[in-house]
Amino acid sequence: MHLGTEGFQEHARQALKDEPLQKALHLLTNEFVPRRVAAMQALGDPEALRTQARAVKERAIAQLDTYLEQFADNLDRLGARVHWAHDAAEARDIITGIAQQAEAKVIVKGKSMAAEEIHLNPHLEELGYEVLETDLGEYIIQLAEETPSHIIAPAIHKTRQQIASLLHEKIGDPYTEELPGMTQIARRALRQQFLRADVGITGVNFAIADTGSIVLVTNEGNGRLSSTLPRVHIALMGMEKIIPRLDDLPVMLKVLTNSATGQKISSYVTMITGPRRTHDLDGPEELHVVVMDNGRSDILGSDNREALYCLRCGACLNVCPIYQNIGGHAYGWVYPGPIGAVLTPLFTGLDTAKHLPRASTLCGACREACPVKIDIPHMLLNLRRQSVNRGDALAGEGRLFSLWAWIMQRPGRYRLALRLARLGQMPFTRRGWLGKLPPPFHNWTQSRDFKAVAPQSFRDRWQATLQYEQPGRNGAGGANHE
Amino acid sequence: MREPTGRQRPTRVALFVTCLGDAFYPQVGEATVRLLHRLGIAVDFPLGQTCCAQPAFNAGFHDQARQVAQRNLALFANYEYVVVPSGSCTAMIRLFYTDLFAEDPHLRQQAESLAARTYELSEFLHNVVGIDDVGAAFAGKVAYHASCHLQRELGVTEAPRRLISQVAGVEACDAEMSEQCCGFGGTFAVKYPEISSAMLEKKIASLQRAGADTLVSCDAGCLMHIAGRLRRQGMDVRVMHLAELLNTGHDAEEPHHAPGN
Repeated sequence: MHLGTEGFQEHARQALKDEPLQKALHLLTNEFVPRRVAAMQALGDPEALRTQARAVKERAIAQLDTYLEQFADNLDRLGARVHWAHDAAEARDIITGIAQQAEAKVIVKGKSMAAEEIHLNPHLEELGYEVLETDLGEYIIQLAEETPSHIIAPAIHKTRQQIASLLHEKIGDPYTEELPGMTQIARRALRQQFLRADVGITGVNFAIADTGSIVLVTNEGNGRLSSTLPRVHIALMGMEKIIPRLDDLPVMLKVLTNSATGQKISSYVTMITGPRRTHDLDGPEELHVVVMDNGRSDILGSDNREALYCLRCGACLNVCPIYQNIGGHAYGWVYPGPIGAVLTPLFTGLDTAKHLPRASTLCGACREACPVKIDIPHMLLNLRRQSVNRGDALAGEGRLFSLWAWIMQRPGRYRLALRLARLGQMPFTRRGWLGKLPPPFHNWTQSRDFKAVAPQSFRDRWQATLQYEQPGRNGAGGANHE
Repeated sequence: MREPTGRQRPTRVALFVTCLGDAFYPQVGEATVRLLHRLGIAVDFPLGQTCCAQPAFNAGFHDQARQVAQRNLALFANYEYVVVPSGSCTAMIRLFYTDLFAEDPHLRQQAESLAARTYELSEFLHNVVGIDDVGAAFAGKVAYHASCHLQRELGVTEAPRRLISQVAGVEACDAEMSEQCCGFGGTFAVKYPEISSAMLEKKIASLQRAGADTLVSCDAGCLMHIAGRLRRQGMDVRVMHLAELLNTGHDAEEPHHAPGN
């Protein structure tokens, strides 16, 4: 189910009318936000931690080439294979190549946004592989034949009742709305598949340069099962997932889990350093790490490089008043929410994604919640400017702003404009407000009245009387607190 | 947020009243002038001013924004303090003018100088003048709406709340979501009206839950947006700019604001 980013406005309108979605989003807002705030506060000095975490990403991204090389050398030494993918097609080919070599039939998958980014599942299924999502949320989405609507809670747009019906219909177990019962149904279905799988594909939360380790952060243990039970483990990562040292991991884990789910630590943190060694009891025979560029080099060299600091925690989605109202699918591509409004145009181009950076009030709640303090509002402004400079402004906007600038550059013109507005609004004004505006401002008055231009502007009042008034301390009560 | 300057108490400031304030809310500028006068501070109003240029800047039209913003660099060059009754326009001048004029060293320097001298009203009172109790009086259950640029770009969170809490007769009621955006966002409200309205609905619902009879904020844009919906729904919640609240009990024009003492 790919909506596409061009239809953003229409998708958003539909989402606002979708009652089950609105109910689900309401729950998300009321659950995730307070949980994260409380968890971060409990850390003592969350500001200091965020600063530290940001510094780690700054260091990693500033010398990305060096750290990637170090990471790859270490993987080599450990007996893992490193593959470099320039773009999505190459990443898909590499992964299918490995699956072919392994003569795989069944593939289990841990949750991976990078895999979503390259639309891996449909590709593998087309080639005849049986692909099974093992993260509960992803599993639900797969059963429903949808795409994730949230970075860490892919099925958040569904209500419990919708999921219960889905499990009942697709798996055939008796209908239950009880959470333990529902998870049991999924668990039974998934466990059988883990044992049949030839290949496990996972994402990567952190890739540690100085040890060659990859780190998986999960709550269901499915990441660990996917990476240890099958004979071959393929880990797919965007190249920005690097952190320089093992010593950097604690702070990154802390900010990630607290920001994502409000947990001090997730139920499972899996560190994988190479494939199974001769004396190991378990683990895959082969470990393949696919390091993917897919547009990241371009971001690296742009003024939106901060986008590469993102840990995919989803905190910016939860606090975003836009996301809270329209959910993830309206954004139309893999990454929704504030960070999606930045990443989508960067990955897929401004041509189709021009609405995404514009559909924001620049309220800054995302930056405040971000564990690595990514200045998302600033990047949205960058992208709007770039979009205008490419010539794809919204219809008529350029002419409107040129007229606006022509008026605002001369106080005389500005005063004249106010006078004209007063004349024009006269027949429609009721007690200082307008119930209807002409295009392109009529959208305002769909749901709100608009303030009429005041009969006397401030500058009129200033010139008439205020400029002659004098300061005097007599009227001032209160005391100076200095 | 800027720390107290430790300098002498200012005696003269320039007022940048903002275009919304000038055209739609003249009483906000007026209240600001009278309030500053009561504190012994003289106010100049350079008549050449129009807009801070934020609408064009936020929409990505930097050329047009520069044409309008550049005039303010010269207009306010000789004032030690520029006071703005808007968090949003203050953020534009203080934070984004330097972006806008980054390419021209001379203009950039002027922009940096203006940025250093520009203050939003509540932070000017609290941090520069060093006063929280301005001797105002108002009877009402007042909810504060923290405007986005004020709290998140300028980091001003305490000053308005302190000033409100010192107004005699005010019962501050802390609406949940007081930090949540009202959905105005300048042209956003017109480009994405359905999303904007949905955000506004939630804001207003939180005011109702808090039982507020008055909403106070430091930005005319938010006030116009929220008041426009309240009016459409026929809801009886009063909407005021902080400057108006701080001038109650003194303003002869609107005696019905005063508490019945």
